[in-house]
Amino acid sequence: MQRFARLYDRLDGTTSTNARVAAMVDYFRDVPAEDGAWAVWCLTGRRLKRLVPSGMLRQWGAEAAGLPHWLLESSYQHVGDLAETLNLLVPEPERTTDAPPLHRLIERDVRPLARLAEDEKRERVLEAWGELRGTERFLYNKLLTGALRVGVSRRLVTRALAELAGIDSGLMAHRLMGDWQPTPGFFRQLLADEADADLDISRPYPFFLASPLESDPARLGPAEAWRAEWKWDGIRAQLIRRDGQTFLWSRGEERLDGRFPEFEREAESLPDGTVLDGEIMAWRDGPLPFAVLQRRIGRKKVGRKTLETAPTAFLAYDLLEMDGEDQRDAVLDERIRRLQTLFDAHPGQRIFRPESVDFEDWDDLPALRASARERGVEGVMLKAADSPYRVGRKRGDWWKWKVEPYTFDGVLLYAQPGHGRRSGLFTDYTFAVHQADALVPVAKAYSGLTQEEIEELDRWIRAHTTDRFGPVRAVEPLQVFELAFEGITRSPRHKSGIAMRFPRIHRWRRDLSVKDADSLDELERLLPDEAKSP
Amino acid sequence: MAGDLLKPDAGGLYCAAGDFWIDPLRPVPRAVITHAHADHARAGSGEYYAAEAGLPVLRQRVGQDNDLVSRRYGEHFELGDTRITLFPAGHILGSATVRIESEEGAWGVSGDFKRDPDPTCRPFEPFDCDVWLTECTFGLPVYRWPPTETVIGQVLDWWRECAGVGRPAVLFCYALGKAQRLLSELDRHERPGRIWLHGAMQALTRCYREQGIPMPDTHAVGEAGKGEDYGRDLVLAPPSAAGSPWMKRFRNHSTGFVSGWMRIRGNRRRRGYDRGFVLSDHADWPGLVDTAADMRSGRVITIHGDGTALAGYLQEQGLAAESWNLRETLSAS
Repeated sequence: MQRFARLYDRLDGTTSTNARVAAMVDYFRDVPAEDGAWAVWCLTGRRLKRLVPSGMLRQWGAEAAGLPHWLLESSYQHVGDLAETLNLLVPEPERTTDAPPLHRLIERDVRPLARLAEDEKRERVLEAWGELRGTERFLYNKLLTGALRVGVSRRLVTRALAELAGIDSGLMAHRLMGDWQPTPGFFRQLLADEADADLDISRPYPFFLASPLESDPARLGPAEAWRAEWKWDGIRAQLIRRDGQTFLWSRGEERLDGRFPEFEREAESLPDGTVLDGEIMAWRDGPLPFAVLQRRIGRKKVGRKTLETAPTAFLAYDLLEMDGEDQRDAVLDERIRRLQTLFDAHPGQRIFRPESVDFEDWDDLPALRASARERGVEGVMLKAADSPYRVGRKRGDWWKWKVEPYTFDGVLLYAQPGHGRRSGLFTDYTFAVHQADALVPVAKAYSGLTQEEIEELDRWIRAHTTDRFGPVRAVEPLQVFELAFEGITRSPRHKSGIAMRFPRIHRWRRDLSVKDADSLDELERLLPDEAKSP
Repeated sequence: MAGDLLKPDAGGLYCAAGDFWIDPLRPVPRAVITHAHADHARAGSGEYYAAEAGLPVLRQRVGQDNDLVSRRYGEHFELGDTRITLFPAGHILGSATVRIESEEGAWGVSGDFKRDPDPTCRPFEPFDCDVWLTECTFGLPVYRWPPTETVIGQVLDWWRECAGVGRPAVLFCYALGKAQRLLSELDRHERPGRIWLHGAMQALTRCYREQGIPMPDTHAVGEAGKGEDYGRDLVLAPPSAAGSPWMKRFRNHSTGFVSGWMRIRGNRRRRGYDRGFVLSDHADWPGLVDTAADMRSGRVITIHGDGTALAGYLQEQGLAAESWNLRETLSAS
């Protein structure tokens, strides 16, 4: 644990990427495998779930600190991180025994908490608070409250491990995918320099991610070297068929299999050793809005009614493995040709290759992109015909060219402090539009302002607070912002009757006054046709 | 509130019985100034009353031509129908707390204060009063300061680490008070290299030296030659210099910030400093709570900072406590 705490301090004590990679390489080089495995697990953002409810931790923290509960809550709101708040408030022990190694701390002291009754949990946690100090105690709290985000991205961890193992970072990324267990054996395999012998059969490939295209596509070179596809508005996923089993992974590396029986059943007819990259979509003879798909997300058991009202399909647009062979080095045109061959042999209703977007030259594209919204897609993807399937977000071969977002002008109504990096500042905002003589809240947004603007707005909010509800401040309705969003649906759960997808701040419209803000009527006009009259 | 000796006004406090203001942010005929920081001392007022030890620094800040009246700590003087005494606040050189005695009782007013030791100024002295107006910059229990020697040790470790790899160590801190306190603390230790000062700190540091405060030799960045090698050195600069073109001369530098705010990780990360060092010239939470008890007043009013939590806590401890917002008096008119 001391070793891991020192690594944390080194990572936390620099803003330089190279220094962070160097710190990780140093750490992983000498660390015992049983600790190294857990360190990888922590640093790549995995977490132990349901150990101790946060409410209990807060209660015990207040007791241990000898403070009223409300004061712990105020402190937490100010700090924005419960693990840190507890560490700052609970008095440190005078003397400490040596902290156990990371694997022992997790396996002996942390993981078993999930199974214990409340009073046993309490006893264990208070004991740990009385033995650990400083960074070690902070990290212990972090393990209890959630993921250990320490300012290193998964890509950076991958880079450090690849550097140490002397292998390509794409291969390391692949080794870090899927459902592995943090065992010493896993850690040794991770750092092995030879190619992978026995990969877990459920393991997905690292996703290749497109970058947003901000310039004219004509600047990409001759149009014949590029292929276009629709940018589907669903869940990016990998469908794996190996050893007579089907695995479905989201881009966030969550196992989704079992949740989409309608197309998973069809996957059974695919040959073993097949991996498809594509999009899970709500689909009935064509794309349904993302809101329909949302009814399926997070639902492990699907009833017949949901299957009827929110049917889904898997739109396969790339082939990553065929006959058990990795296809990623083959060029796009070749992968697509093989994908087509596969579907010619195994035609499906719910797993299929979506229609391609044909274009002759760049002049055709703007019109196609402009038609995206009525087709129910997000825009157009552009992929280089001769490109391999790469790892992560590498610019150059895959571009997403989205339609321009919708925008509206809303009035700032409420503000709430943010978390983590934004703790202590009012960064979570609620915006409203006019409805008759009142302002009705329509969207919450967290991003889109510069740091200077955030700080300026924070000061303004503090000086113009009219009311407080817990952490939320009501402010004088004076400031107008232009907000962008991706889609709009009717929602009986919202007071305004509408819900927006991915609202974010575009600009602070200091030039506008409240009367210039939009009205609910104007937003309702943007609803898809079938939703206009509920 | 009727019967109160002081009321918020002009961004500070107004005492009708003595016809003077404490730390006004707008020009007034007669001001009692607790210390020279810009959020307490502004140019443009008629008469200024301040502690003797704070006069040279105050001159730097509000100009030479004003009518500055100095008083020794503990010396009584009359203003109108009140009797005033200045006490050491332990915040920066020449900082004071103010006791105002009148027929309605004794009120104590802090500008800013701290209870931790500081080689550059006289330590805080508690005094009895009926009402205590306390600053509340760090009014939450998460703000608890580690011992100064621990923090100075951390600064030195970081400086040595930087010097070991030839990186200039640029340490941001407030130009008045914190910079000189750091210098004075560093004077007691072996140091790996030279110390450079940003231009904004030169005159103020000279002021401190002239009053006999021991500090190590410093060099002015403004007088450095082109291509100067800062690889083993420490550079002190105000936070406003962070990210400015001025920083370019310190190739491959590492940055640190010395402030009580650095107690919270998010504060440091948001500002993008490599290191945060928790050293403050303000009272921490235990300091605020203990001082409220030490003043033996039945009533506590928080000023400067969000005092909601402190007032609530003190109420639960059985004190009459409330929060005043002095800034509101500026926007109201």
